[in-house]
Parts: sequence; structure tokens; C-alpha cells
Amino acid sequence: MTEEIIIAGFGGQGVLSMGKILAYSGVMQEQEVSWMPSYGPEMRGGTANVTVIISDERISSPTLKKYDTAILLNQQSMDKFEETVKPGGLLLYDPNGITRHPKRTDITIYKVEAAAEAAKMRAPKTFNMVVLGAYLKIKPIVKMENVNKGLKKSLPERHHHMIPMNEDAISQGEKIVELVQEV
Amino acid sequence: MKELRLMKGNEAMAEAMIRAGYDGYFGYPITPQSEVMEYLQAERPMERTGMVVLQAESEVASINMLYGGAGSGKNVVTSSSSPGISLMQEGLSYIAGAELPCLVINVQRGGPGLGDIQPAQADYFQAVKGGGHGDYKLIVIAPASVQESSDFVKLALELSNKYRNPVMILTDGAIGQMMEKVELFPHQPRWTIEEIKEKKPWATFGKPADGERRIITSLDLLPEKLEAHNTHLQEKYRTIEKNEVRYEEIMCEDAEYIFVAYGLASRICQKTIQLLRDKGIKVGIVRPITLYPFPKDILKSYASKVKGFFVVEMNAGQMVEDVQLAVECKEKVGFYGRTGGVLPTPEEVMEAFEKSFK
Repeated sequence: MTEEIIIAGFGGQGVLSMGKILAYSGVMQEQEVSWMPSYGPEMRGGTANVTVIISDERISSPTLKKYDTAILLNQQSMDKFEETVKPGGLLLYDPNGITRHPKRTDITIYKVEAAAEAAKMRAPKTFNMVVLGAYLKIKPIVKMENVNKGLKKSLPERHHHMIPMNEDAISQGEKIVELVQEV
Repeated sequence: MKELRLMKGNEAMAEAMIRAGYDGYFGYPITPQSEVMEYLQAERPMERTGMVVLQAESEVASINMLYGGAGSGKNVVTSSSSPGISLMQEGLSYIAGAELPCLVINVQRGGPGLGDIQPAQADYFQAVKGGGHGDYKLIVIAPASVQESSDFVKLALELSNKYRNPVMILTDGAIGQMMEKVELFPHQPRWTIEEIKEKKPWATFGKPADGERRIITSLDLLPEKLEAHNTHLQEKYRTIEKNEVRYEEIMCEDAEYIFVAYGLASRICQKTIQLLRDKGIKVGIVRPITLYPFPKDILKSYASKVKGFFVVEMNAGQMVEDVQLAVECKEKVGFYGRTGGVLPTPEEVMEAFEKSFK
């Protein structure tokens, strides 16, 4: 199994930390992982993205042009990465703020109202965990017990009291994810 | 028990410094390697092992702090990125001349000049051919993963002391910034004063009552004496070339074409050869791990067996010259590179290869 993922959105949405928790979950089940951020002179409110690869085998290139899964969380990311999903691959997005919905007909598309859900839960910071829950519902590539371990490893100790809140957000995401189109 | 962590290359190198038993780190912040000192400051190595971490006022100061620390027999390290490493070249030449063991890490970014902060491999010539003045060589090691970033910090301590020679880890912004699974090696203690006295009798730890004053210098105004020193250095480099060549062969057994790439470029090429093998083209990779000493012999041994070589670098073509020398121009050596911090994609490398060998 090799899963090549791009996660993209606004800076501050928790894109990088979502990727990190996913990667750490892979480490917890002794898989090979890589987490490659876009770094650089990024603008506040600009875009942030990270390539995460989880595999049973040694990982070759940590940077890619085509992905099995794209998790796209704003319009700019949709414009940039919709075309990079491999035919038959998966696109997961949050329709909040999206004016141009995905057009591809050769990929599976899911949506998750994560921003709205996180606001409803009065925990907007757990937005990324709602998205993670949605993704893991569609592709359970890592076991939930390892996600919980990954959360513990990724968050500094002083934030560990927030782990239950994040776990709630993950299970909420699993519940509300909706199929848009299947191939 | 295995100690597995998810770490950035920069963090893994910093943790490895503490675990390998380095005595001191001196550095000045620069992107994309600032996490090295950030991690060290947060970890408080003084409390863990007694290791000193000091932010110098500039890269020129850091490299000369290394000269002082290494001269007194301590195991010392600095890290920087391309423009900062350029500032260190005078000091590096002095350190090589004075035969001081130490580690310098270059997390390369796009150049020339201030360039940008994205990953590049454009400092290859500077690292392996000199950079500073005079006939000297650094041992240059190029990690291709976070795991190797950690392991090579420990290896550098061994090699630098074995040969009394500075070692450079030549990596890049991508390997520094990306996170991978890393298995940390167990702590090894810092050298005691007794060990330093035994293993580095030349070091300036104080004049013994029955011994001579020790002077560490690269200055020798008598040409014949300086030539004798140079002859000694060259003999040492020949020994290093004989003993320390390291490389990895990937799917070379049945290969008709050999890719040559190091560091991040070699990782990108691993994807490219998968794509090419899916098309039925038999390709393999020789990945130099030591850039100096360069794995000439293995490349030469393939020269009569394969149809060609293809070098991929994140620069305009530097190591390609060493590959041409190694294969004595007996086979075609193709090249593809991206510069200025742009990463080549596996697909475009494949296209370039197919164009080169159609």
C-alpha cells in the first residue's frame, strides 16, 4: 500500500499539522512516511500545502506531481490541485468559500462541511480534525488507535487536555462526510 | 527498544549532535536550517550532556569558534546554508590546513548570491573541489533521508577524528524541512579529558610538564616545510579515497542505463526509475553517499556494461563532470537539472532521460 496525498488550504487552517498527525499515525503502525511542506516566504492568509506519503515500502520521491488523494480547503487550492489527482483518485473538499466546484468526472469526489461543523461545535480550531475524520472514513489507511497515538505525539504536552476535543472532531468528520461523485 | 520519531531533517541532525556526544555547537541562524539551533536551544543540551550551544555573531565567528574548539580537542559542529557557508570558506581552509576534526553542515538553498530559500544542490563544486584556498579536501557526505541526516552526524564525528580532517554534511532545504520516520541511535558519552589526551595528543589542552608546547597553525613560511605538510595532506587524502568511498546501488543488477544522483535528487530519481521500469526500460541508480571521496570505481565498472549514464542534480551541472571523469567519457553521460530552488518532478526527469537517449 502506498498513499500519496496533497493537503492544501489557507495558512492557519491547520493543513501542516493535519498532515503531521496523519504521518505520525503512520509511524505508530511502523509504516514508512514522509511529510514535505511548501515552505518559503509565504504570505499571511496565503496558501499552505503539504505532501504526505504513507507506504509499506521505502518511499522514493517526497515531492510529486500526481496524487492519489487531494484534500482541498480553499478556492486557490482547488484551482491549483484539482488537475493533479490521478484518474480514479480521490478529491475531498470543504465547500465553504468554494465558488467553483470540482469539474473532473474521472475521480471520486467527497465533500465535508468541516468549517461549519467546527463552528457548530464551538471549536473552530478543530476544523482540520473534522477534515481528517472525513478522509479516514473514506480511506481508513491508518487505524484510529494509531491516530490517537499520533495526536499525542504531535501535540506538545501542554495541549494534551485538548485531545478529547480533537477526537470528537474526528468522529464528527466521519459522520458528516458526503459522497458527491463516485467512479 | 527502538526509539522511533517523526522529525524534520534539521531536527534529526540537532538531536544526533547531542546523542553522538558533540561538545559544542556554534552557529548563526539562516533559512532553511534555522530549526537546528532552535531545536538545540529548546532541548537544553547543557543539561542533557553538557554540550555547549552558542549563537555566534556571524558565520565568520562560528567557523573560527570551531577552529578554537577543535584545536582544544573538543568535538564541535556548526550548520548553515549556502550564503553562510560561503562566509566560512576562509576558516575552513585554515581548519583543513591545521588538520582539525570538526563537522560543518550545509543545508543548501538556491544561489548564487543571497538567492532564495528553496532547496538546491548548487554548492557541490564548493564542497568537493575546495571553496577556500589551497590544496585541501573536506570529507563530504550527502544524506538522502531524515534517517541518514541523523546517522551521518554520528559518522562525521568518527571520520573527522579518524583522519584529523573536517567533514561536511552536504544536504538541502528539502531534506532539512521534510519530516520522516527516524530511528534514533542511543546516546554515546562525550569524550572525557583523559580520552581527548589519549586520542588527540596534538590538542591544546595545556602544556604538559614533560612535553613541548603545542601550537595549532596553518602558517608555515618555509616553502620546503610547507610542501612536506602538503605532501602529508595529499597522502592522507589518498588513504581517505581508498577507505571511505560510500555509495548505494538501486536496481542496478540488470540495468541498461545508470542514473547518478545524490541527496534529494536521488529520491526523485527513484520514482523516475519506477516509472521507466513500468515501461520496460531497465534503469538503476548509483547514489554517491560520499561526494568526496567520489565513487569513481563503481561508475567505471559500469562503463563497459551499460548503454549510458544520466546525471540528475538540482543545479546547472556540477557532479556530471565527475561522472564523465569517472567513466573516462567511454559512455554517453546525459544530464538534467533544475536551478534556483525549483525541484524537478519524477515525470520531467523521465521525459528528459527519454529525450537524451532516444
